[in-house]
Amino acid sequence: MKPDTLTRPAAAGLGLALLWFSILVLIPLAAIVLSSTAGGWQQFIGTITDPQTFAALRLTILQALGAALVNVVLGTAIAWVLVRDRFPGKAVLEVIIDIPFALPTIVAGLVLLSLYGPESPLGINVVNTQQGIFLALLFVTLPFVVRTVQPVLLELDQDVEEAAASLGASRFTTFRRVMLPALMPAITAGASLAFARAISEFGALVLISGNTPFVTEVASLKILKFIESDNRAAAASVALVLLVVSLAVLIALDILQRKVARRG
Amino acid sequence: MADTSWSTGLTTGPTAGVTDAPARHGSPTDQQSTIRPGVTPPATASVPVKPSTRNRKAGGAGRNGGGHVVRILLRLLVIGYLFFLVVWPVSLVVLRTFAPVNDTGGFDAFLTRISDPAFGYAFGLTLTAALWAVGLNAVFGLGISLLLVRYSFPGRRLLSALVDLPMSVSPVVVGLALVLAYSSNQGWFGPLLESLDWQIIFSTPGIVLATTFVSLPLVIREIVPVLQEIGTEQELAARSLGAGAVQTFLRITLPAIKWALVYGVVLSLARALGEFGAVKIVSQGASFNGETATLLVANRYGNFDEASAYAAAFLLVLIAITALVVVTILRPSKEHRS
Amino acid sequence: MKTWKSRLAVTATAVAAVLGMTACAGGASGASGTQLSIVGFAVPETANKAIAAKFQQTEAGKGVTFSGSYGASGDQSRKVAAGAKADYVHFSLESDVTRLVKAGLVDEDWNKNATKGIVSDSVVVLVVPKGNPQGIKGWEDLTRPDVKIITPDPKSSGSARWNILGAYGHAVASGKTEAQASDFLKKIFANVTQWAGSGREATEAFDKKVGNVLISYENEAILARQKGKDYDYIVPNDTVLIENPGAILKKADPKAKDWLDFVLSKDGQTEFAKTGFRPVIDGVKTEVKGANDPANPFPTPEHLLTVEKDFGGWASVDKKFFADGALIDQLRAAAVKK
Repeated sequence: MKPDTLTRPAAAGLGLALLWFSILVLIPLAAIVLSSTAGGWQQFIGTITDPQTFAALRLTILQALGAALVNVVLGTAIAWVLVRDRFPGKAVLEVIIDIPFALPTIVAGLVLLSLYGPESPLGINVVNTQQGIFLALLFVTLPFVVRTVQPVLLELDQDVEEAAASLGASRFTTFRRVMLPALMPAITAGASLAFARAISEFGALVLISGNTPFVTEVASLKILKFIESDNRAAAASVALVLLVVSLAVLIALDILQRKVARRG
Repeated sequence: MADTSWSTGLTTGPTAGVTDAPARHGSPTDQQSTIRPGVTPPATASVPVKPSTRNRKAGGAGRNGGGHVVRILLRLLVIGYLFFLVVWPVSLVVLRTFAPVNDTGGFDAFLTRISDPAFGYAFGLTLTAALWAVGLNAVFGLGISLLLVRYSFPGRRLLSALVDLPMSVSPVVVGLALVLAYSSNQGWFGPLLESLDWQIIFSTPGIVLATTFVSLPLVIREIVPVLQEIGTEQELAARSLGAGAVQTFLRITLPAIKWALVYGVVLSLARALGEFGAVKIVSQGASFNGETATLLVANRYGNFDEASAYAAAFLLVLIAITALVVVTILRPSKEHRS
Repeated sequence: MKTWKSRLAVTATAVAAVLGMTACAGGASGASGTQLSIVGFAVPETANKAIAAKFQQTEAGKGVTFSGSYGASGDQSRKVAAGAKADYVHFSLESDVTRLVKAGLVDEDWNKNATKGIVSDSVVVLVVPKGNPQGIKGWEDLTRPDVKIITPDPKSSGSARWNILGAYGHAVASGKTEAQASDFLKKIFANVTQWAGSGREATEAFDKKVGNVLISYENEAILARQKGKDYDYIVPNDTVLIENPGAILKKADPKAKDWLDFVLSKDGQTEFAKTGFRPVIDGVKTEVKGANDPANPFPTPEHLLTVEKDFGGWASVDKKFFADGALIDQLRAAAVKK
């Protein structure tokens, strides 16, 4: 299945596609990069290291890491149950898992507020707390690890697990030595998707995070604040940091999983 | 094997990066090379397989005695997590729509709220923008997928990585980026747009652009793995028998990727209908002038009108779940294999 | 199995296509009567909607529909300057209209009428939870260590600027020197737990218990109480008279003139009063639910300061207080360093 070199119509199509892609994605993102550094490097650093902005970025990144971690564990567990377990109504779980992905984020915020807000039937109110932010992030990142791990789990040849069990390996050892290395690429892929989504999240946080500086202020809401205060350079600077962090985590996880795959 | 790539459910599999080497954290097809783990089992013929290990389903007796308990615990953990995180909150929204906390309840009150003309406008605008976005992403997505998989050109890997970029960009960043580039008075292309009298920001084209941006990768990520899977044999055979490029595409390629395209379109539609952050920035957000369904929810909530916000949110929940159910029905059943 | 799935897919696509076409058609046919676009600051949506409803019952207002967008005054003003559609603007303070005059969108003589361009009044008040647990009596209490203040951010919000002038005005009126008044402001800033985006967002933050005192418009406190919020509010002895301008844009629909006339008429002003604003014309008497005393809703404070008389006009105020790097920026920076 060796790809061909471009034919003339294909080249024209590529040109058209690139033009559309540039207009839609590349040029606007380039505008961000350039606007953030328009005032010079000093101004960029000054914006990022402003205590309040820095605190918002730090909170966002730490919360996202936490959410990604929880999803690695729970997402794998959910995928396991979906693939290896059997019980009536399991098909309903499939739909439930995808709800956070299909739901508009502002609606997700309302959804969480109804059970975990001021009028909660459980009496739990996490509005304006870091737990509330964490909860919102768990909600929106739910499907990511599950859906990357699930197809791999499906394809996994159970003969090797059985052989390991027959040789005396405990379930845990089997999981750790046989399955985990096989699932690692999928888990890290899902984790980086979950992380990227979590640091970018906006709609679900608008209603739940109280936006208290240093405590519950997240980066995406800070960006909006800068925009509304007519400080586009600062907004672009924070945006640039978010983009770079996403990219960095993506690359880091890619390297990590290659290392694991080689060892395993 | 052709149905593995879309058995991933609504969210797609890992980055559908198009590479020649299987080293990327790529599509399920790339997993095959890394699945063979380090534990080298002896040749199966020489090991008598114990009867207990044949019994996969029960996870039952012998060495795996504790396995049954673990299985039950895991099941409870997962069901509990999903119940408290998703099921109960969503059902509360449905409940609150018809029994608001500080307002009149009942189906009639709900109907009155949604027959507000602003609702019709908002949902119409959302649908229009979403259909444009999905259309553009389907057409260009198909083209880009074909280019990425069937051809090689300098920068192909870069393009493949860039195509996934919109998934990692925050919606407010998308809105900001579009404003910086296309705002009439301060954007890079401002003067050009003014001279053409085209208004993008604070007008429907801006909403369409924002919605298209955020849903861009979804069609491509569904189609690319399938194109890689099906290979070119049939297409080459058709061409060698004299079929033209367009004919080959319509008769051979398109039917083969039909379901992937459908899933990608439904994913894009759901994403486009739900966009909030980017639209908040590029749209004026006024009732009857730029207020999408999601902006309607936010605006009503912010104007002490929770009941209306819940009503609009309920409609959006309904649409989302319908899309999910449609996809679930259309997806070929995984259980019938193995 | 395959055929019914295919049929489902085809039906779904057809339904979507029909919905899409009706959406586009619906959008196009909306322009049967005049539509006036109102761009307002954060809090007067309820008031303007009530006035619009009454206007539509008059001869001049028959068949006129309204599109409205509401948000932080400064932000909204900038949006109009950047191309957002507006026939009539109702901002929190005069500077936000001046911006549009400078941008060539509003006539220079917009405020040469009987009310000097102002359409609604209010005063700065201190909002506390029901029962006033902190025992707040006036501006001086805001410097106490147990007080957590919510006020909007002057960079985006009009309400914020009125609040700051109120505090500063109180300081000067109670005999402090300018230096002492600046210090007073700094102490207040040090107690601010959140600089909200707009007056309404500040109310929402107060509702979420982010702080225990909210500095806001009197009309916002009254409206919140009308909508069932358990707030109390204190009208300080010395406070600032809030004057909200309303202006018609140069390119506005001619109906906008009738609208402005109606807004300034007894009927229009009565609707303002009912939602908590102080009327700008004489002879408007109505009971105001939600006010501290519905029969006497708008008490006159001992010292009512105005921007014209006590601060020298908005141009001078903007230069001294709110320009980039001016007094307020310096005080905020100094307050954080503590």
